Amino acid sequence: MKSLLFLLEKEFTQIFRDKTMLKMMVGVPIFQLIILVNAATFDLKNTNLTVMDFDRSNNSRELVKRFSDSPFFTAVLSTNSEQEAYTAIEKGRADAILTIPRNFERDIAVNHKASVMVEINAINASAAGLINSYSNTIISNFNQDQLLPGQKVTMPIKADIAYWYNPELNYKFFMLPGILVILVTIMGSFMAAINMVKEKELGTIEQLNVTPLRKSSFIASKLLPFWVIAIIELSFGLLIGFVLFNLQVKGSFFVLYSFTAIYLIAVLGLGLLIAALSDTQQQVMFVSFFFLLIFILMSGIFTSVESMPHWAQQVNIINPIAYFMRVIRMVILKGSGFYEIRHELLSMVIFAFASLTISIKAFRKTVS
Amino acid sequence: MKYFIAFVKKEFRHIFRDRRTLLILVGMPIAQILIFGYAITNEIKDAAIAIHDKSIDYQTREISNKLTASGYFVLKSDINDISQYEELFRLNAVKEIIVFEPNFAKNIGRGDKGKVHIITDASEPNTAAMLSSYTSGIINSYAANNILTQDQKDQGIRAETRMLYNPELKDVFMFIPGTMALILMLVSAMMTSVSIVREKELGTMEILLVSPLKPYHIILGKVVPYLLLAFLNAVVILLLGIFVFGLPIRGSILLLLFESLLYIMLALSLGIFISTIAKNQMMAMFISMFALMLPTTLLSGFIFPIENMPKILQYLTLVMPPRWYIVVAKAVMLKGASIFVIWKETFILIAMIFTFLTLSIIKFKERLN
Repeated sequence: MKSLLFLLEKEFTQIFRDKTMLKMMVGVPIFQLIILVNAATFDLKNTNLTVMDFDRSNNSRELVKRFSDSPFFTAVLSTNSEQEAYTAIEKGRADAILTIPRNFERDIAVNHKASVMVEINAINASAAGLINSYSNTIISNFNQDQLLPGQKVTMPIKADIAYWYNPELNYKFFMLPGILVILVTIMGSFMAAINMVKEKELGTIEQLNVTPLRKSSFIASKLLPFWVIAIIELSFGLLIGFVLFNLQVKGSFFVLYSFTAIYLIAVLGLGLLIAALSDTQQQVMFVSFFFLLIFILMSGIFTSVESMPHWAQQVNIINPIAYFMRVIRMVILKGSGFYEIRHELLSMVIFAFASLTISIKAFRKTVS
Repeated sequence: MKYFIAFVKKEFRHIFRDRRTLLILVGMPIAQILIFGYAITNEIKDAAIAIHDKSIDYQTREISNKLTASGYFVLKSDINDISQYEELFRLNAVKEIIVFEPNFAKNIGRGDKGKVHIITDASEPNTAAMLSSYTSGIINSYAANNILTQDQKDQGIRAETRMLYNPELKDVFMFIPGTMALILMLVSAMMTSVSIVREKELGTMEILLVSPLKPYHIILGKVVPYLLLAFLNAVVILLLGIFVFGLPIRGSILLLLFESLLYIMLALSLGIFISTIAKNQMMAMFISMFALMLPTTLLSGFIFPIENMPKILQYLTLVMPPRWYIVVAKAVMLKGASIFVIWKETFILIAMIFTFLTLSIIKFKERLN
């Protein structure tokens, strides 16, 4: 126990000695959190629209006005030349074209129906879907308001929609916990692994190997400092979320921190396992980067895990990041407690236990 | 020249000796493409829902059947009490609850309106928006087909939608250019910076500097192997995209490869620059990891469209190398753009290469003095 304390003192001294690195470890993730949460947004605020109005009637002008008045569309170009309209799309100056054919007004008056065309740059498929649904909403509102009362058809079913836990569909509330998971995970596992293998690469581990230190003390001394840093990082992140983005933790902090503490042991253990099996920092970096990338992408940070194919969900059973991603959002956004996260918590305890045991086993004090 | 070739050979040997890293260098793009291609999807499929039917008549049953038959939804449970809503959401058991108000069919029969509530778990806002719009779409089309007359249905303005460049709305069009930008940046910038700093940290850089090799030979020798590796990766990703996911190359493939080469060179010069400012490998990795990886994914237009970001971040994306490469790659692959459409972006890539190289030379001279 006493030797562990000395080792810990050494580790912390080393971390605090390197002031640049320390500043980076604290500053960069926070800076990233602020920027990336703002960048990661799917709310479509601004779609540049090209208008081709061949009718030039009251009705067509009204429809165009509805588009340009809506917060989603900005009419950047009005033209009668198809060539010009498509060039604007090709050059990326506009993302959609609204075409109103000749006789639009006459068709409405005579037949009570008419058609318009909306062309959308669909390279980004999900954005295209959103643009499509916005334009449909505008057109159906136009229908409701502009057609004469006698021609109006009211829907026999009234469906209203409620968005629970996030009534304004604020995407930042979804992304902030997600990015926080990544930052905490990278900070913990990756840095700890690099730190450990550095001793190997520089040869200083030999000096430790000839001491009567137990393997578990050594692993613990490498694990604890980064465990503490990662927890502090999480607290900073939550504070920023509250101050800058008004994200309030609905659930209990005790639940959140308990899960985080166990989760961190699991991923730090995995990081140290990679370090124990590698010889150079470059190797550690690459192997952990490979797994981090796959685990992060599959964890459901951007898209729902439930809509992934069956095999991907099976893979997620061994993906610790997926558990944390799920739990952090459950606790922060929905206020889930121990009872609701009991399965995830149990899995994480098993994870933590296994990864620690294996990394202690894999770590060798003797050179073969 | 002879020394230089010998040095490049040594570098290659370093890379090939480390089987594990090599395997990952080759395997990473493949794994990433497959994950993006098969696992990450914005589509809604089999989302768990619960139905609280306070009316239980033929119309509510019909609508429930329509919902579950659509393939978007799976009925997890029928509930009969309002207190269960919260519990189901908190357990993550369902994503949406549909509530039919009493006397649903009776009201419609009387010429009144049937009422239904769609409650979604908006802790995942995008999924919630999609689920609710699918649900109301299904309910509205039920109303149109089964309750309205043909004449009533036809009235109004109809929008005909055409999806340009990507009529089937495939995600592959987004992730191939993005993955290329990410992987090439990783292999080039991260690997070179770390391998140069490693020589510094282990002290072998001094030995190299006193050898007959010129400093730029050393740097060039470090860069050449990664240039080749990264280029190989670009080709592999493109082949996977074309043959596995049906990615079209509508423009010139030579132009695309040329632009990729430019981007790789840019990433390499960025790697060299990082190596001049980093004191040790840990710092080089930290900079590469945080300063390159997350912005490459999030500030480049790879996953989140740039137009949606706040203005100040849109300006920030202007200095992100991957942003320009992604624009170029998409334009050439999907829109069939020629060099005349993308000359500006190409010029920016070249200007960035020179900027980073100049900065590195300045830093390097400082250090030697």
